[in-house]
Amino acid sequence: MTEGAGLISPVTSPPVHDRGGGSPERGGELHGLNDAQLLDIFKTMYTIRRFEVTMERSHQAGDLYGPFHSSMGQEAIPAGVCAALRADDVVASTHRGHGHAIAKGAELGPVCAELWGKATGYCGGKGGSMHIVSTEHGFIGQSPIIGGSGLLATGAALSFDLKGDSRVAVAFLGDGAVGQGVFHETLNLAAIWRLPAVFVVENNGYAHSFRADQMQLNPDIASRADGYGIPGVVVDGIDVFSVYGAAAAAVERARAGDGPTLIEAKCYRWRGHNLGDAEHLYRERSEVEEARRSDPLHRFRQAVSGRLEPAALAEIEAAVDREIDDAARFAAESPFADPQTALEGSF
Amino acid sequence: MREISFIEAVREAQAEALISDDRVFIMGQEIGSYGGVFRATQDFVRRFGEHRVRDMPIAEQSMLGAGVGAAVMGMRPIVEVMFMDFVACGMDAIVNHAAKMRYMSGDQLRAPMVIRTQGGSGTHHGSQHSQTLESWFLHVPGLAVVVPSVPQDVKGLFKTSVELEHPVLFVEHRALYRTTGPVTDPVAPIPLGQGVVRRRGDDVTVAAVGKSVHQALAAALEMEEEGISVEVIDLRTLVPMDVELVLESLSHTHRLVVAHEAVERGGWAGELVSRVVAEGFDELDAPPLRAGSKATPIPFARELEAAMISDERLIARRVRESLDLAEHSA
Repeated sequence: MTEGAGLISPVTSPPVHDRGGGSPERGGELHGLNDAQLLDIFKTMYTIRRFEVTMERSHQAGDLYGPFHSSMGQEAIPAGVCAALRADDVVASTHRGHGHAIAKGAELGPVCAELWGKATGYCGGKGGSMHIVSTEHGFIGQSPIIGGSGLLATGAALSFDLKGDSRVAVAFLGDGAVGQGVFHETLNLAAIWRLPAVFVVENNGYAHSFRADQMQLNPDIASRADGYGIPGVVVDGIDVFSVYGAAAAAVERARAGDGPTLIEAKCYRWRGHNLGDAEHLYRERSEVEEARRSDPLHRFRQAVSGRLEPAALAEIEAAVDREIDDAARFAAESPFADPQTALEGSF
Repeated sequence: MREISFIEAVREAQAEALISDDRVFIMGQEIGSYGGVFRATQDFVRRFGEHRVRDMPIAEQSMLGAGVGAAVMGMRPIVEVMFMDFVACGMDAIVNHAAKMRYMSGDQLRAPMVIRTQGGSGTHHGSQHSQTLESWFLHVPGLAVVVPSVPQDVKGLFKTSVELEHPVLFVEHRALYRTTGPVTDPVAPIPLGQGVVRRRGDDVTVAAVGKSVHQALAAALEMEEEGISVEVIDLRTLVPMDVELVLESLSHTHRLVVAHEAVERGGWAGELVSRVVAEGFDELDAPPLRAGSKATPIPFARELEAAMISDERLIARRVRESLDLAEHSA
């Protein structure tokens, strides 16, 4: 079993404004993050990467069944956004959501068990890969109904507004969600009520096989924010520090009662839409290989090369590898979901 | 006893919920300073403030969806969907989200919310503002479906609904809004799944909800003069459905007509009939019949509407058919 709380340290207040560094923009390219925070961010990204790889293999081995949507290549986005959140903030996610769950602190064992349909999974096997929930970590669910995460996060933000909480709700969305009517409705509602919400669109270039430029003439999703009278920010989704900077500012704005922000993180989906996707029908292998040269983990190493010892990163890698082995063992040793529970919990 | 109108009961029920539970808030179109197009929230902004009585843009997906999100975070939203037809615009939030949150999260999340809406014919609003669609929701596990017929039940059923841990679809027929009835003070909560016998009779049981209950009672009164004795059951809720009460009634009438204004094809009457046949076949002296509307959109013109809508004449006809068939088979 892994300790989920160790996966990422909650940042109690966005440090970006207080710790001005050498750069004219937000405290330098590392945003004033201290070493522990940097290591946590690395740990989150590396955990997501290893988890996806491990789960992909477990799919081939037959432990994991049903659709599996890998977030490989997009690790910097959940890691950067969640590093800007408090533990009591909440996140709503998509079908491609393992990374979001992990970044928000969900424990690997129960996540893995859920993906394998085990009784010890977060949802007792009723959810699966597209429906992980861990309320104790503020991970309030995934919606594989494209755009649905916006509903959950907007509603959660509304609840904070009603209760006078200083909490923030984040919706992760894909570029495919932008075509949904609900995207428009939720952004507008969050805007007019100045709800403490942050909408993060992971623009990975494809909605299944449909290229983003086939779905919209305007290539910058973030510019739609103008239509709602809220800030829209485009960030390099490969660079965790760009993501963190934008997220920290958006979270600060939301917490201050100034309303939502739309962040577009441009990235690339390394894997097919799901395992077994007929990728050859819509993109060339060479395109994927070219895109994979921009690896968020590699980018991180470059950025921190003068700050962190390689040994410190290697130590984290080894620890994460063990945690993932432990999580897989936990799931493997757990009983399958009890058929008797199938009829419980509905109306 | 105090006599109040149906819409007054709706208003009182919501106000009482706002007073007794600070997790309760209301959102919907025109519900703020306008007071609701049917006056269901009249004066609420003054009494409870704009914070808890939230006017919405015309956007059912976000209205219902934000309701779900707020509910899973511990609030108790009442979402008013102005016309039942518009529920179609927000169906995803109800069907794919609200109904399933508790189950698919392994009981980590719950979506306790009341979705209030009104529908039905008789006011000539045309095909897109007159439908009776509660049958859709019987098919989705996770939702309760409540259809009150009198002010007392509006208050009693609402009190229960707003305290449930599940989403509830609370359906009002707008033709009932100005009808009046006695209410106790206070009104005790009415558990869901408990029907009530509105009229005792010996020959045929008519089961109905909402406005159709009143039509069944009118038909029963008319047929009394012909010597036909009709028992009328008001199911009050469709999920859960009080099939037991219907079976009990059949043990002395042995004939069943199920009446609803919804289109007969695929309507909830089919569900009740199916269960009655499966569980009470031996009690039946005649095939159970349905009195639902014909399968067309609801037309505007009076004469056209009357030609397709389920009403007391249709209910009476089905009752007679039931008896005729019973005689043939005897």
